[in-house]
Amino acid sequence: MRPGSTAAACAAVLRRDLLLAWRRRGDAAFPVLYALIVATLFPFALGPEDALLARIAAGIVLVTVLLAMLLALDALFRPDLEDGSLELLLLAPQPLPLLLGMKILAHWITTALPLIVIAPLLATMLHLPAQAQAVLLAALLLGTPLLSLLGAVLVALTAGTYRSGMLLALMLLPLTVPVVIFAAGAVSAAEAGLPHLAPLLWLGAALALALVLAPLACAAALRIALDA
Amino acid sequence: MTTSPPTAALLEARGLAFARNDEPVFGPLDLALGRGETLLVEGDNGSGKTTLLRVLAGLLPAGAGEIRFDGAPLRREALAGRALFLGHQLGLKLDLSCIENLRHFVALYGQRDGLTPAAAIDQVGLAGYGDEPVRRLSAGQKKRAALARLLLAPAELWLLDEPFANLDRHGIALVNRLLAAHAARGGAALVTSHGAVSFVDPSARHLCLELRA
Amino acid sequence: MNTLALWFHKLGSPPTFYRFAGALRPWLLALALLAGAIGLYGGLVLAPADYQQGDAYRIIFIHVPSAWMSLFVYACMAVAGFVALVWRIKLAEIVAMECAPIGATFTFITLVTGSLWGKPMWGTWWTWDARLTSELVLLFLYLGVIGLYYAIEDRRKAARAAAFLALVGIVNLPIVHFSVVWWNTLHQGSTVRILGPSHIAPSMLWPLLTMALAAKFYFGASLLGRARVALLAQEGGKDWVRALAQAEGGA
Repeated sequence: MRPGSTAAACAAVLRRDLLLAWRRRGDAAFPVLYALIVATLFPFALGPEDALLARIAAGIVLVTVLLAMLLALDALFRPDLEDGSLELLLLAPQPLPLLLGMKILAHWITTALPLIVIAPLLATMLHLPAQAQAVLLAALLLGTPLLSLLGAVLVALTAGTYRSGMLLALMLLPLTVPVVIFAAGAVSAAEAGLPHLAPLLWLGAALALALVLAPLACAAALRIALDA
Repeated sequence: MTTSPPTAALLEARGLAFARNDEPVFGPLDLALGRGETLLVEGDNGSGKTTLLRVLAGLLPAGAGEIRFDGAPLRREALAGRALFLGHQLGLKLDLSCIENLRHFVALYGQRDGLTPAAAIDQVGLAGYGDEPVRRLSAGQKKRAALARLLLAPAELWLLDEPFANLDRHGIALVNRLLAAHAARGGAALVTSHGAVSFVDPSARHLCLELRA
Repeated sequence: MNTLALWFHKLGSPPTFYRFAGALRPWLLALALLAGAIGLYGGLVLAPADYQQGDAYRIIFIHVPSAWMSLFVYACMAVAGFVALVWRIKLAEIVAMECAPIGATFTFITLVTGSLWGKPMWGTWWTWDARLTSELVLLFLYLGVIGLYYAIEDRRKAARAAAFLALVGIVNLPIVHFSVVWWNTLHQGSTVRILGPSHIAPSMLWPLLTMALAAKFYFGASLLGRARVALLAQEGGKDWVRALAQAEGGA
């Protein structure tokens, strides 16, 4: 009798979630389409004036990505909760925070990464100046994992509730204020030709902290929500 | 600390009770389950069988009373890897094949020597269905796929919630065979059932839960 | 030390707390009314008008104590929530959860009075000032805790989950405040300096502190009252509640 090693278990969780996402790869298009449509609505609402759109482009892209991720977050634990896989995960002889970290990683790869890929497209549609594009991408690469990690903790708390969408928005969005501020701050500094490294470094520091703390908090939250 | 004598029960509960919103669900009850023993938990719908199993599995905190596992107070870490819980929800991913589901399970829970997911699938009577997505299987076949975990995992304590549900005659015989083999190996099992019709082992003890008013 | 621990342990039992809170509450309420009356008299009548702001500044006697309370109550909620999570004490769960609506109300009052104050001072009902914005985020945090508490069926589980959210919030609150201040300095245009409490005249300061005291007493009284009701609701089936109901019914 040999128990599975932790590394193998982590790899298995990651592989399974990616495989599941691949089998239902059509679902990955929904957050992307959502972001595309929301970003398209802004010129209709504000008028197609280039200068105005260029000024608010970074903000629109960031908030749109945030909202798309919020909508996708519910799928992090709900399917597993409904089919009983989550119980198997909770009772597995492996460190739960690590397994959950793998689930969060898989979720980030399948929902946030496609959004980051189309972000330059959205930014170009909204006339974001070229010199700010790279900074926007960097801000998204640092900010979206932070949102996934923070969101995972909160969505774990709502695991025992039905129809948690609006509740999750109420819980998560206030806590994302710093992410939005620093990410948008970096981009607008880059647009103005000012130093933009500091806000990016703040995002990086917060990400490093969240990488350590969020899986632990997520495991604790899940045990509270499921009484386990 | 002295080590527990070999005759000590693997799982023991005293004064165990559980309440939800201060409404008692079951108990207080005592139970002892030794190695090589099978305990059948009977009771009507709503008598708290599933809740009892979830408490013993460490999925719910006990409201009152004490649970001892292998002589020591039950802790989640002690149970991990030594107990296997098979719930009402099977924990199978519909978009994955039987083999993929079991491979994932084995990576988390470990694998008994000399057995592979493919071999386990054959043994539970699903030969030829290993690469089929679980979505295409019938309810009874899904149950069999979940039961293959019992063969694969090196767990001493089985906590099986309604293992006979959805199964045909051959499936019921399969569960009884699995339970007999497990007991012969020195494993312990706690099995719930709302009607004891399916269960054949005459030596097994019965624990009857009464419906709370 | 031992007797103190014993006293706390006894206080944690619902019937003892119920009686204790019932006895203490009228006193706290009386102190709150007294301090409130003195503070308001001092603030609205005795204190002179501000040479710049005229009488409009007098709203600080409500605004500033509410703002202090909004943070203080959140801290109380987080401490009670931490106790509830670590030791699984039912009373701590109830106290933490009953803090939330009170704190949210103080936060709401802070925002409304700040806005009322802003109109004559800044010529606008709302400005994206760092303090006001942080206060708004704080209100959202409170509402999230309350929302989660009522979204979960099992009361005790709901309290633990919401307490956990409150703790996540308190870790994030300084970061939120820091980021909002940073954001505010980035967009210099909208910053408006509020009268700092450091150069406040003593004739204005003592009514302010008295009002702060009144707010604390009111919070205590309100919390005890709410906790008593919540305790009765959750312990409805217990013997001590039955005995209480019979005693009330017989009287």
